[in-house]
Amino acid sequence: MKRRTLLATAAMAMGLATAGIAEDKTKVGFVYVGPVGDGGWTYEHNNGRLAVEEKFGDKVETVFVESVPEGPDAERVMTQMALEGADLIFTTSFGYMDQTINVAKKFPNVKFEHATGYKTAPNVSVYSARFYEGRAVQGTIAGRMTKSNVIGYIASFPIPEVIRGINSAYIHAKKVNPDVQFKIVWAYTWFDPAKEADAAKALIEQGADVILQHTDSTAPQAAAQAAGNVITFGQASDMSEYAPMPRVSSIIDNWAPYYIERTQAVMDGTWETVNTWNGIGKGMVGIGEISDAVPAEVKAEALALKDALGSGEYHAFTGPLNKQDGTPWLAEGEVADDGTLAGMNFYVEGIEGTIPN
Amino acid sequence: MLKLEKRPQPSQFWTYLTPLLAVALTMIAGGVLFAFLGKDPIVAIKTIFWDPLFSEFAFYYRPQLLVKGAPLVLIAIGLSLGFRAGIWNIGAEGQYIIGAITGAGVGLAFYPMEAWYIFPLMVIAGALGGWAWSMIPALLKVKFGTNEILVSLMLVYVAEQLLASMSLGLLKNPEGFGFPGSRNLNDYASANSWIHQNAGMHWGVVAAFIAVIFAYVLLNRHMLGFQIRLTGEAPRAARFAGVNPNRLILICLGTSGALAGMAGLFEVSGPSGQISIDFNAGYGFTAIIVAFLGRLNPIGILLAGALMALTYIGGDIAQSKLGLPSAAIQLFQGMLLFFLLAVDMLTNFRIRLGQKEVA
Repeated sequence: MKRRTLLATAAMAMGLATAGIAEDKTKVGFVYVGPVGDGGWTYEHNNGRLAVEEKFGDKVETVFVESVPEGPDAERVMTQMALEGADLIFTTSFGYMDQTINVAKKFPNVKFEHATGYKTAPNVSVYSARFYEGRAVQGTIAGRMTKSNVIGYIASFPIPEVIRGINSAYIHAKKVNPDVQFKIVWAYTWFDPAKEADAAKALIEQGADVILQHTDSTAPQAAAQAAGNVITFGQASDMSEYAPMPRVSSIIDNWAPYYIERTQAVMDGTWETVNTWNGIGKGMVGIGEISDAVPAEVKAEALALKDALGSGEYHAFTGPLNKQDGTPWLAEGEVADDGTLAGMNFYVEGIEGTIPN
Repeated sequence: MLKLEKRPQPSQFWTYLTPLLAVALTMIAGGVLFAFLGKDPIVAIKTIFWDPLFSEFAFYYRPQLLVKGAPLVLIAIGLSLGFRAGIWNIGAEGQYIIGAITGAGVGLAFYPMEAWYIFPLMVIAGALGGWAWSMIPALLKVKFGTNEILVSLMLVYVAEQLLASMSLGLLKNPEGFGFPGSRNLNDYASANSWIHQNAGMHWGVVAAFIAVIFAYVLLNRHMLGFQIRLTGEAPRAARFAGVNPNRLILICLGTSGALAGMAGLFEVSGPSGQISIDFNAGYGFTAIIVAFLGRLNPIGILLAGALMALTYIGGDIAQSKLGLPSAAIQLFQGMLLFFLLAVDMLTNFRIRLGQKEVA
């Protein structure tokens, strides 16, 4: 008897709760791969979520689950969000790709947005940012600033995204400083402060006085600060706590405009499957303030490049460019097509070393 | 004055009661933690323990308990054999990874051929892979007396590097546009461990139940089980009774490695679907908690596995519904082991109130 009452009360409470949500509130779910306090990748996605809340106020309800492993747990978390009435779900890591597609099949009325993947469906869009545009700006500053002509690069995994960044940074460093040399360390992690610090120290010992990183923690910044005359760039978020030295600029992921636009589309009923790949122009890639440690003329040059990339008058991969083995890739004035960029698995000419696999 | 007095024999009563007491204490301490985070503790505890089983969407969560619990139980059963004998395999996570790689590797080698024997071969390969990985610490211990705790733990990190290398190289999906990760085995009928996906049933769940029964019979009815128990409780007596410690090390580490490898294979061919850089989600480590929470007893492990699975599923629900941070959930799960070890004292000691003698 008692048990039944309890159940009935619970059911009523739940009924009320559901009714509350049903009042035209758009529910948006976010699945995060790291903790919201990682200071990098997940932190910026969460800022995007907060921006959605701020923009729409009472008309929207957001939920999130952090540190979700890329596997069956992700599928369960997405299903749970869909069951509990989410209208739109952002899945913010490449490793959620197949899970997103699987869950989307079961919930045709829920819209899904998968970050950095390539599989779409009638209710699944994909989105990513042209971070390589930011790398071009970094490369320019790095090439101008280095005195040892050795630039260290902490890479995460040998996937197209990361290789694109290395190539773009190298091309633009080389353009302003023909003597420049890249030393690349593969950390095989996206976020591991200890490993990243070790990688940074090893690169500094090998003479690098500029460190670029494609990993998310601030550990390389701390290592550079300890070493003295080494400059770094913030990754994913501004990392401005290390400005003006060693952090002289940064690439900032800015998902807020996209998240707001897509939430609006769900509210208006105009949501369609899209494959978005935005760069500096649409504001998805931001360049953090270039600090005073950078001479004014270098800063001006970097900002001019940023504007050219943003307006579309210049493409970061413009010929003439050869592949590492010397075979021609892009002819004079030719720009890379998105297909080749998306699957990029080769270094451009001049980079030493091989891509591990 | 409180005084502790060693019991002549471990108390049967407390052996069974301490896990329940630990759960209750975890709920209380967790409730306080959640209250400090500004959440209603009753609602939070209810969301974690009640919602997955009885809420309106329980039809979905209940099968997920099987999916989440099966690898934990399978690995914990293997670990419990060694733990009972004082052989500490801390590297089940690594054996789990290797089992997944070898098992999936065999399956992918046959792609796209369809045949009934592919899946059984994958299971064997997975078990062998996990077994071989556990033989490294086992042989090093037997031959050179190295510490199996350190060696097996360090091999986890080696296995993780191997996993990354496999996802980026040998096992990479050739149709994956250069992205890391193998083909999805869920799209390959012959290499699929699902029996009924909506019911959460895959062969790993079946294997977990079989392992529980097998371990129960082994420990209670078999000479080997007796030797394992004897070695753990009285190593000297075991030696006099003719137990060969080296043989026991090889058997215990080998069995736990094989079971962990199988768990990895069932996971990669079912719920997970593919080898990827972040394939391992910590089952091998969580299984250690499950083994102790279940008192190294097969039935206890089954229940403990279900309980851990419940806190995972309920924890994720609490995150999205109540906005609890994941760190709070992990802390909550950690408390479970902490309190269990703390109240374990009651099994071996008696608390006396008042002073017995005044000086």
